Amino acid sequence: MSDQSMQDKRPSPEALLEEAARETRGRLKIFLGAAPGVGKTYEMLLSAAARRRDGVDVAIGIVETHGREETQALVEGFEVIPRKRVDYKGRTLEEMDLEAILQRAPQLVLVDELAHTNAAGGRHPKRHMDVEDLLAAGIDVYTTVNIQHLESLNDVVAQITRIRVRETVPDAFVDQADEIEVIDITPGDLIQRLKEGKVYVPKTAHRALTHYFSPGNLTALRELALRRTAQRVDQQLLTHMQAHAISGPWAAGDRVLVVINEHPKAAALLRYARRLAERLRAPWVALYVETQHALRLSEAERDRIADAMRLAERLGGEAVTIPGGELANDILRYAEANNFSHLVIGRTKRSRLYEMFFGSVTYELVRSAGNIAVHVVTGQEHEQIGAKTVATRPVSTSGDPWSYLVSTGLVGAALGVGLVLTRILEVQNVALVFFASVLVSAVAYGLWPALFVSALSVLAFNFFFLPPLYTFTISDPENVVALFFFLVVALIASNLTANVRRQAMVARRRAKTTEDLYLFSRKLAGIASLDDLLWVTASQVASMLQVRVVLFLPDNGPLALKAAWPPEDVAEEADLAAAKWCWESNKPAGRGADTLPGARRLFLPMRTGRGPVAVIGIDSDKTGPILDPDQRRLLDALTDQAALAIERVNLAEDVDRAERAAEKDRLRSALLTSISHDLRTPLASILGAAASLRTLSGLSATDREELLSTIQEESERLNRFIANLLDMTRLESGAIAPNMSLLYIGEIVASALRRAEKILAGHRIERRIAADLPMVKLDAVLFEQVLFNLLDNASKYAPPNSTIRIQSWSDGTAVHLQVLDEGDGIPKEDLPRIFDKFYRVRKSDSQRAGTGLGLAICRGFVEAMGGLIEVANRSDRSGAVFTITLPVPAEQPETEAA
Amino acid sequence: MNGSATRVLIVEDEPPIRRLLRTSLASQGFLVTEAATGRSALAEIERAEPDLVILDLGLPDIEGSELIRELRNQGSSVPILVLSSRADEPGKVEALDLGADDYVTKPFGTDELLARIRTALRHRLQRQGELPLFRSGDLCVDLVRRIVRVRDVEVKLSPKEYDILRVLVAHAGKVLTHRMLLNEVWGGETDVQYLRIYIRQLRQKIEADPEQPRHILTETGVGYRLRAE
Repeated sequence: MSDQSMQDKRPSPEALLEEAARETRGRLKIFLGAAPGVGKTYEMLLSAAARRRDGVDVAIGIVETHGREETQALVEGFEVIPRKRVDYKGRTLEEMDLEAILQRAPQLVLVDELAHTNAAGGRHPKRHMDVEDLLAAGIDVYTTVNIQHLESLNDVVAQITRIRVRETVPDAFVDQADEIEVIDITPGDLIQRLKEGKVYVPKTAHRALTHYFSPGNLTALRELALRRTAQRVDQQLLTHMQAHAISGPWAAGDRVLVVINEHPKAAALLRYARRLAERLRAPWVALYVETQHALRLSEAERDRIADAMRLAERLGGEAVTIPGGELANDILRYAEANNFSHLVIGRTKRSRLYEMFFGSVTYELVRSAGNIAVHVVTGQEHEQIGAKTVATRPVSTSGDPWSYLVSTGLVGAALGVGLVLTRILEVQNVALVFFASVLVSAVAYGLWPALFVSALSVLAFNFFFLPPLYTFTISDPENVVALFFFLVVALIASNLTANVRRQAMVARRRAKTTEDLYLFSRKLAGIASLDDLLWVTASQVASMLQVRVVLFLPDNGPLALKAAWPPEDVAEEADLAAAKWCWESNKPAGRGADTLPGARRLFLPMRTGRGPVAVIGIDSDKTGPILDPDQRRLLDALTDQAALAIERVNLAEDVDRAERAAEKDRLRSALLTSISHDLRTPLASILGAAASLRTLSGLSATDREELLSTIQEESERLNRFIANLLDMTRLESGAIAPNMSLLYIGEIVASALRRAEKILAGHRIERRIAADLPMVKLDAVLFEQVLFNLLDNASKYAPPNSTIRIQSWSDGTAVHLQVLDEGDGIPKEDLPRIFDKFYRVRKSDSQRAGTGLGLAICRGFVEAMGGLIEVANRSDRSGAVFTITLPVPAEQPETEAA
Repeated sequence: MNGSATRVLIVEDEPPIRRLLRTSLASQGFLVTEAATGRSALAEIERAEPDLVILDLGLPDIEGSELIRELRNQGSSVPILVLSSRADEPGKVEALDLGADDYVTKPFGTDELLARIRTALRHRLQRQGELPLFRSGDLCVDLVRRIVRVRDVEVKLSPKEYDILRVLVAHAGKVLTHRMLLNEVWGGETDVQYLRIYIRQLRQKIEADPEQPRHILTETGVGYRLRAE
């Protein structure tokens, strides 16, 4: 119980995300009216004028004044972005110029009539999609819409007014508005305005609209608009409360399940479910149960189901398809398993007789629903569910002529066998031979060819075997009965066999799909690199669907072509634009889709629960839609899997990045430790020594000398450390630009030794520099520092009075220089990391600690000069050996004879 | 020149360094004046006519190198000793090429600084009458008879080698940049690598251990200096 309440107090992630998404998008304000003529446009212009006075950069994208003077006067003050002219079927139409607005990028743009349908050829078929792009570009939008254009209220309004409006705006779009202002006037006032001619009415629609503007209608519409806005206010409050973890009454736990089928009234069912879910503030799911029956559906019916599922998603629901056999049982099992509290179903119009034989799903559901509330909705709607998101290829069901030809051949063969049997072997009953041909045809080609064979067989049997022979007349009544029963049995057998065949085909297809998917997922699972993954995805999708595939992924920001099958590395401008749009809007685009249908390919977003991860583009040589509905479903399944795999790889990379960041943090803290230690230790000695010299009386001369040496030595140490820090900083910031020239290594060894004279005072130095060393290209200053650091390092790790050897020789192609000490050497496990920043070999307390920078600088400098530095332990005795290898330039300067 | 004390102008914006220089130089009998900016330094040089200027290259108002350029353009020949930091070899080279006499790298020891000051002052005096004979350690160069002796043994030098040595001797104790040497010996237009080759040959002839030179010292990234003892 307490756990539960703790959980409730946490802001819901969805609510926070929603709030965050609002930060970068433009803000949307909708002026919502109950009916035309309430003055939405006028109000919008007034509000915009107020914003402009506040210094906001406002432009008009499109505003229809319909010649009204007050409105026109308001428009005058604004910058109007010129409309685009579109030629459509011989007429020139004016449309809002989306590209121009995006380019002009005002802070706020006014877009009248949100539900407008654009002329063909624009970027989007619907104006609200244009507005979506504007918002995505960070531009604030003021827009107007009437209540009857809302998708979910569409049929309610149609019922009230008897006028169905074709132009609709998805509810989800209206729901995302940051502000909705209802422009409300009383029905009486509106009718008055209509009479005064203040309401724009197209001439052609005058009669219809008179009915529309009846007081009753207007009151109903007004109520609808106000209620819709009130609901939204609720929703806003809810979002706010969830985002701020205010405990509230929303956790009702209601879930709505709506069951749809291929019936045209699915859309009305979905809208009902959405309204119900909204009132209950509950999530909702549209369920389609795919049974045997699904196989007999026409493509139009299949399309209707797919469209209904997409409509469900558009209305804010979730679309789910499950396989099933017994409809009522499957629905209830699903509903119970997923905790649905409400079930919405449509009432089927089947005859009493049909229900007596086959039962009624509705009755069955109501009877066994238990705790689930069942809503049985009677829809009179027979409407098309709006434009399809992606057009698919119709599948031919008429059967191919070949099957009929072979079937005819089968009958011919049966006839031949029959003739042989009767004429030569004198077997009387040959009907079964024909029956065999019916069955063969049914098994091979399905129902229609089998029926064709049945009919043909009856004719042939009659013609060749029933007296009078070679006529279609039958003399013996007994034969008439026999022939009749032959036909009946043939028909039944055809049907049964065809059913079996269909089931077998379904099973095979399902098995094939499942196997393909399984293989695909197995393949994907084994891949760790993104490139391989994309390549496999592209080639698999291409081979399974017989299409060409391109994959786009964001490449450090912009979308780029990442894989293709057949391989291709250039994306056309139009394709890239479509892919980009698809990516940004998370919706299909390109060939066969609503947006940019002119592109060569169809682009679909590949998404996971966290959003889109890639865009897949497909095309083929076929004309018309690229995929049939089955293929479309397979593609969805494939891309879902691939998207998950891509996300997995991306996540792995994220983990990598996190680890690298952690490593960086480790370095940073090492740096802090190092600085605080290496700066403070010498400073403490210096300060202490100076203070002692000043305050302690009675110091002997040797004591004073000791303290003074401490100050000097520690200062020098501090100086070296700071020099190292500076060098490291220069290296890391890339400020090292070696000034390379030809020189003798021996000369630099000499100056480095001279500089290191003091720190090497306690060691013997042995030099073995070959006399005939060629000149090498180096930056003298950097190389001297490298040698100094190596000598400094050796002096720290080698015991006093031991020998530090510097040797150098050449093998013609390279000059090698080694610094060898007689210390303990370097522990094996430290060898690979010895050149790492801030890496210090652990050693006994008596030795002075290094800074962990000197060798890192050595490596940085040597590599910057094109050389190589390595470390090893001496083989002849204990001690470390550092080896620098430098290439010998091909051209050595000519020298005059000495 | 008033009196016998040598007047040194310290041009440095950091008070602690000024204090260090003031106390150590004053203790050695120098008459010290100070300037914290380039402009006040120019005014002070005009007013007090110092015998030597110690100049920090990183001044707040004028680039140290600009100051050198301006002084030399005005015809002033006052010796200039530059204070510079390590890893700023290009800055040292620029200052020297513009006419600075020598440099000391921060942080520096007082002994090193005093040695440089003495060298710079000596050259100022020598300009009036150059010595015909140069001696330093076991090296002896007779500039009139063009004879070089090491440990009293005459050494044969090629003309170029002798030229290099002559230029070094003329500025003994002072650093000479690669460009100065190239200009003096080759008249410019030669790569620094040839200078390195000749220096190496010269060292093989005059140094007891060419790999550990005692006479011709390498100032890495800047040039060469002939030790004067």
